[in-house]
Amino acid sequence: MTQSRPRIRVNGLTKIFADRPEAALSLLKAGQSRAEILKATGAVVGLQDVSFDIAEGEILVVMGLSGSGKSTCLRCINRLIEPTAGSVLVDDVDVTKLGERELMEFRRTRFGMVFQQFALFPHRTIVKNVEYGLEIQGVPTAQRRDRAMAAIETVGLKGWDQHYPSQLSGGMQQRAGLARALALDPDVLLMDEAFSALDPLIRRDMQAELVALQKRLKKTIVFVSHDLDEAIALGGRIVLMKDGRVVQQGSAADFLANPADDYVRRFVEHIDVLGVVTAGDAMRTPSAVKPWHATAAEALASLTQTGEPVVTVVCHEGRFQGTVDAEALKGAGETQLRLLLSDADACVPASATLNETVAKLAGGRGEIAVIDADRSLRGVIANADLVATLARRRTHPVQ
Amino acid sequence: MAFEIPRIPLAEWCDVALDWATAHFSGVTRALSAVVGTGIEATTDFLVDLPPWLVIVAFGLGVWRLTTARIALFSVLGFAFLWNLDLWRATMQSLVLVLVSTLFALAIGIPIGIGAAVSKRFWRIVAPALDMMQTMPSFVYLIPAIPFFGLGAVSACFATIVFAMPPTIRLTALGIMQTPPELVEAADAFGSSRWQKLFKVQLPLAIPTIMAGINQTIMLALSMVVIAAMIGAGGLGGEVWKAIQRLEAGQGFQAGIAIVVLAVILDRITQHVARHMRRDKA
Repeated sequence: MTQSRPRIRVNGLTKIFADRPEAALSLLKAGQSRAEILKATGAVVGLQDVSFDIAEGEILVVMGLSGSGKSTCLRCINRLIEPTAGSVLVDDVDVTKLGERELMEFRRTRFGMVFQQFALFPHRTIVKNVEYGLEIQGVPTAQRRDRAMAAIETVGLKGWDQHYPSQLSGGMQQRAGLARALALDPDVLLMDEAFSALDPLIRRDMQAELVALQKRLKKTIVFVSHDLDEAIALGGRIVLMKDGRVVQQGSAADFLANPADDYVRRFVEHIDVLGVVTAGDAMRTPSAVKPWHATAAEALASLTQTGEPVVTVVCHEGRFQGTVDAEALKGAGETQLRLLLSDADACVPASATLNETVAKLAGGRGEIAVIDADRSLRGVIANADLVATLARRRTHPVQ
Repeated sequence: MAFEIPRIPLAEWCDVALDWATAHFSGVTRALSAVVGTGIEATTDFLVDLPPWLVIVAFGLGVWRLTTARIALFSVLGFAFLWNLDLWRATMQSLVLVLVSTLFALAIGIPIGIGAAVSKRFWRIVAPALDMMQTMPSFVYLIPAIPFFGLGAVSACFATIVFAMPPTIRLTALGIMQTPPELVEAADAFGSSRWQKLFKVQLPLAIPTIMAGINQTIMLALSMVVIAAMIGAGGLGGEVWKAIQRLEAGQGFQAGIAIVVLAVILDRITQHVARHMRRDKA
């Protein structure tokens, strides 16, 4: 997944909550458990050797239940919480090594943060809230007003700039919170359970808008969430945490297909399989593929032989052209397939979820093609394949 | 008991400390006293020389601007009543003393409160001092005030400042320390310096709490100004003091009621201002 070089590299991050963490740290290195360390030293291990990379323009969801250390992890990235050990590299600058002054400068320009309870300043209007980061950087008034207004427009709050936070609904307040972070034009957005306090419907809207916004603005986003559905909706890679450690990282589909342990398996147990598994995961190699200059008779023979409901037709370069069913082939003799083609639309991209695939299948002839971005044929999915895929997911033993 | 424990000479120690301070600093404090005293007198004289109706109308208009028509009307009626009782001069004397003392108390108290909120170590020094200032009987402050500032308004002012300052310090510190932690975190996350955080987030959010402290300081100042009549501060307290010495119950009550009227006027105005600031943010 990490195509470009990592923008953020979190390496061996450890946080021990104690006045003197040294003793606990050496116990931790000696392999003692959290409970043992708590008993021996009274220190709470918040994070334990957490490592992950985030690529430029990626949404990474740090997920876990409460107490898993996910918020601590996020706060260690901009050092709102001081990590005990480990490093956080942002564009090769080790944030953990910065002095007070440099850290302040770094926070001002590189990080935008969005909070669970919005944390808008109640004594400032929306535009003054959005301006805050620019104001403390010393950006001239007119310029910062312009940038703040642009950010307000980006999040769809135009016309609300002179209101106070208390006059806005929760969803609108969080838009303002997002605008406050965006106004800085930071490279990295840190979002701490940003949508958790919102109503489910508004939450879903905001998730979709964030994804759209991210496509446009190409920010690198670290999103902390306790909600697997949210992680899936945001569509990025997931780092699953438990008891201050990373249990598994990868896509939701990876979690489903290869859960690292029972905890992960249980975590994804109630996942909406149709929304996570992609057409690429469910497809198989097609057995009845013909080039478009093949004849109807040849195609019919291959249908009878393989039992496929349709013939998948490709051009010389192997690009998907459409399908032809037995009905159309019968009595067509030596006619070339390209003249009989229909349903050039009976295909889905390999990245499409099963939800989208099902919709296509329901409207077609019982089989659709799976294609790449350039329409080259990757595989096919028939009704039976879909059923088999779903059945396979269910047979995983669940403890 | 085989031997007697000697009495700790606490009073003597205090005297020695005061004598030492008087010997070394009274020159400075006397000079300061002369300046402040002249200021207080000049202000009082200026107000008394103006026609009372003009002062009342001007005050009423000011209050109206700051608060509501109701409070302004009440203030105008209250002052007219005091004028009618022939207590105009005494009222102006007391008012000036209260305002001057309050200004000093705020000028000293708010920075101390901020310091106490920012530094835990400073708070540990300030907190017991505040407790002592507030529990010490207020009369006691009058005694050392005299050698430093002489009899009269400035001594009264000094004792009043010491007595009335604690609520401002305490509530300033409290207001800042009570800033919601998520707002402090947000300010930090955007890279605010300590001072930016203080002046752009913590202090503005603390203003309603600080205003409540100011209200209390004004009320305490008024009560102390009355007591300070014993060392020649004059004003409405002076009228009460005169009545006590001559055993004139009627005169005493009249002056007492005048003090109540002045207290209610000042309280309504400051309370309204404090509440109004709270509503702005909510």
